[in-house]
Amino acid sequence: MSATPRRIAIFGATSRIATETARLWLARGVALVVVARNPERLRMLTDDLGIRAGGLAEVDAVTADLADLDALPALWQSMTDRFPDLDGVLLAHGSLPDQARCEATPETMLHEIRVNALSAMSLLTVIANDFEARRRGIIAVIGSVAGDRGHRSNYVYGAAKGMLAIFLQGLRSRLHGSGVTVITLKPGFVITPMTQDFDRDGLLWVRPERVARGIVRAFERRRDVVYLPWFWRPILWATRLIPEPVFKRLSL
Amino acid sequence: MRLIEWRDRTAPLSAADAPFLALGNGRSHGDVCVNDGGTLLLTRGMDRLIAFDRGTGIVDCEAGILLGDLLHWCLPQGWMLPVVPGTRFITVGGAVANDVHGRNHRVAGSFGRHVLEMDLLRSTGEHLRIGPEEHADLFAATIGGLGLTGLITRVRLRMIPVSSDLMLTESIRFGHLDAVWDINDRLGAEWPYTIARIDCIARGRRLGRGVLVAGRHAPPQPAGTPVPRWRGRSRSLPFDMPFSLVNRHSVRAFNAVYYRAAPLPGRRLQHVHGHLFPLDRLRDWNRIYGRRGFYPYHCVLPHAHARDGVRTLLKRTAASAQGSFLAAMKTFGDLPAPGILSFPRPGVTLALDFANRGPRTLRLLADLDDIVSAAGGALDPGQDARMSVTMFRRGFPQWERFATLVDPAFSSTFWRRMNP
Ligand SMILES: Cc1cc2nc3c(=O)[nH]c(=O)nc-3n(C[C@H](O)[C@H](O)[C@H](O)COP(=O)(O)OP(=O)(O)OC[C@H]3O[C@@H](n4cnc5c(N)ncnc54)[C@H](O)[C@@H]3O)c2cc1C
Ligand SMILES: NC(=O)c1ccc[n+]([C@@H]2O[C@H](COP(=O)([O-])OP(=O)(O)OC[C@H]3O[C@@H](n4cnc5c(N)ncnc54)[C@H](OP(=O)(O)O)[C@@H]3O)[C@@H](O)[C@H]2O)c1
Repeated sequence: MSATPRRIAIFGATSRIATETARLWLARGVALVVVARNPERLRMLTDDLGIRAGGLAEVDAVTADLADLDALPALWQSMTDRFPDLDGVLLAHGSLPDQARCEATPETMLHEIRVNALSAMSLLTVIANDFEARRRGIIAVIGSVAGDRGHRSNYVYGAAKGMLAIFLQGLRSRLHGSGVTVITLKPGFVITPMTQDFDRDGLLWVRPERVARGIVRAFERRRDVVYLPWFWRPILWATRLIPEPVFKRLSL
Repeated sequence: MRLIEWRDRTAPLSAADAPFLALGNGRSHGDVCVNDGGTLLLTRGMDRLIAFDRGTGIVDCEAGILLGDLLHWCLPQGWMLPVVPGTRFITVGGAVANDVHGRNHRVAGSFGRHVLEMDLLRSTGEHLRIGPEEHADLFAATIGGLGLTGLITRVRLRMIPVSSDLMLTESIRFGHLDAVWDINDRLGAEWPYTIARIDCIARGRRLGRGVLVAGRHAPPQPAGTPVPRWRGRSRSLPFDMPFSLVNRHSVRAFNAVYYRAAPLPGRRLQHVHGHLFPLDRLRDWNRIYGRRGFYPYHCVLPHAHARDGVRTLLKRTAASAQGSFLAAMKTFGDLPAPGILSFPRPGVTLALDFANRGPRTLRLLADLDDIVSAAGGALDPGQDARMSVTMFRRGFPQWERFATLVDPAFSSTFWRRMNP
C-alpha cells in the first residue's frame, strides 16, 4: 500500500475547502486533476496552482457539471484515459440549500439531493469498480456533521449528507481488503462562501485551511471517518444521545 | 452588517447592497474595517496568484492573499516582500489600503511604493486598471485610501531578491531616550530593519529606556552551520480574558525584566518570520486586554519636533501609569509615500497601546492628541477608533482632494465619523 496517492482528482475543486487542500497537496508534490463546473473560475484556480507548484507538480483541469448524472461515467472514463495513474479522489462539491425553499417545492428538494448525494454516489459507483479492479486508491468524500442527525434548520442537506455517509460505510466494508481506502470527512462549521449568511462568531467556526490540513492528514493515515476539527466527534456523539422526544423540541 | 464572500476578481457589484467596504484580514484595530449598516466584502477567498516572473520578482496576485501566504511561497525561491508590517497575517489589499510600513521604512518607504499597478472595481461597474500612469489620481487615492475608492481586486508588486530566509539580528539596550537617537543614526546604513521597543512606564532618568532591535538579510550559511528553522505553529489565547491582564503591576514587572535584567541575545541568526513577526507567535494576543479591549495610539511626529515630542508623549504616558508593554518606535525616512492619505511621512512614529479603562484612558489620549498636534504630527487612521475630525483634517491636509475620489457607494464607519 503506497502512502499518499501520486495523482489525485478533486471534484468541486473551486470550493474553498478543496482549493486549500489542493494547495497543500501541490506543496507535497502530488499531481492534481481539478474538476469544476465554472470554466472561468477553474482557469483562475489552475493558474494559481500552477504558479504555486512552480513546475514541481502537474495540474490539469476538467470542466464538468456534476449534477448532470448521466454524464458522470463518461467523465470518469475520459479522465482515466488521460491519466491512467489516477489513484486518489476527493469529492468536495456540495451546496447548502435554502431549507425553506426545499420545504416548499419537491423539485428544489430533489435537486439538492441530486447535487449533494446522488452525484457523488453515481461517481463513486464507477470509481469504486475501477479502483477495486486495480486494487489500489483512496476515495475521500466530504460529508458533514449535518448528516449525523436531522435538524429542522437543514434536514434536506442533512439527509443528503447522511445518505452519503451510509453509502460510504457500505462501500468501505465492501472494499475492505481490496487495497482501496474509503474516507468519510465530516467538517463542522467552516468559514466559506457556503456559510456567508451565518453569524460566524464563536469557537466552533474554523477557517478552511484547518479543514484542509485535516483532509491531507486523513489521506496520509488512511482513516475511515474523520470529524474536522476533531472536537465535532464528541459533540456529535452527545447530540446523537439526546432522545428523540427531547430532540424534536430543540430549535437546531 | 451584511457579509458577502467575494470569490472572483471578475464578479460585478450589485447596487442593492451598498454601501460597500472591503474587509481584508480584519487586523486594523479600529473602524476603518467596519461598515455598520452596510455590506462587507470579505476578500480572503479572493487569494489566487495570477502571474509570476521568476527573473524579475514581479508578482500579480489577487488582493485577498495573505502576506504570509506570499512569503511562504516566494522566500524559498529567493524573493521577499519589500515591506512587511509587524504581522504577516494581513492581506495585500489591506497592506495597500493602509499603505503599511515596516521596520525598513528608511530604505524602502511604504508598501505602496512597490505597487506597480492594480485593478480597482468601482460601483459604477467599471473595472479600472490603475497605476502611476493610468488613472494616476485614483491610484494615489487608493494607496492608503482606507478601502474607500472601491474594491482592489488585483495587485502587481515588485519583490526584492534575498539570498536566504535568514536574518542577521542585533539587540542593543539603551538606558534613556536620548541614547536611542545616536544608536539609531549609527546603525542606519548597515541595518535596514530597525525598531526600538520602549518602556513607557519608566520615568525620570530612565524615561524612554529600551531595546533597539536591528536586522538585515543574511547571506546563505556555509553548509553545516546550524540555522534556525521556522516551526509554523503559533499559540493562541482561545478566550478573551475576563479582565485585562495588562495592568500597572504586570507591565512594571515585565518591563523591569525586559529592559533591565534579561540578558539580550546580542548578535544572532533568526528566521525572517521569527525576527519580523514576533507577535505572530501568540495569535490573538490582543485578548490579553480582556473584554473591554484596548485603544491603539499610533502617531507620527515630523523630524523637527520628534525628539521633544516623543519625550513629552512618554512623560505624559509614564505619569498616567496606564502604559503597556507594546510601545514601539520607528524612524520614517524621506522616501515619499505615494498615497494621498498615506500615514507614513518623514519623522518618527510611536505606537502605544492602552488597555481601555474608560474615561480615564480617553482623557489621557486627548492629552496625547494635544502633544501630537503641537508637534505637527498625525494619527494613523488604520489603528484608530476615536480621533477627532479636527485631528484627522490636520494630519491629512489633502483630505478634500481625497474625498473627490472616494467611490460614492463605498463607505466605512470611520469615514462617516470623519464626515459627520
Ligand atoms: C500585530 C500587528 C502588527 C502590526 N504592525 C504594523 C506595522 O508595523 N506597520 C503598519 O503599517 N501596520 C501594522 N499593523 C497594522 C496592519 O498592517 C494594517 O491594519 C493592515 O491594513 C491590516 O490588513 P488587513 O488585511 O487585516 O486589512 P483590514 O484590517 O481588514 O482592512 C484594512 C483596510 O483595508 C481595506 N481593504 C482591505 N482589503 C481591501 C481591498 N481588497 N480593496 C480595497 N480596500 C481593502 C479595508 O476596507 C480597510 O479600510 C499591525 C497590525 C497588527 C495586528
Ligand atoms: N462550509 C461548511 O461549513 C461545511 C460544513 C460541512 C461540510 N461542508 C462541505 O464541504 C464541501 C465544500 O464546501 P465549501 O464549504 O468549501 O463551500 P463552497 O466554497 O461554497 O464550495 C461548494 C462547491 O460546490 C460546487 N458545486 C455545487 N454544485 C455543483 C455542481 N452541480 N457541479 C459541480 N460543482 C458544484 C461549487 O462550484 P462553483 O465553484 O462553481 O460554485 C463550489 O465550488 C461541500 O461538500 C460542503 O457540503 C461544508
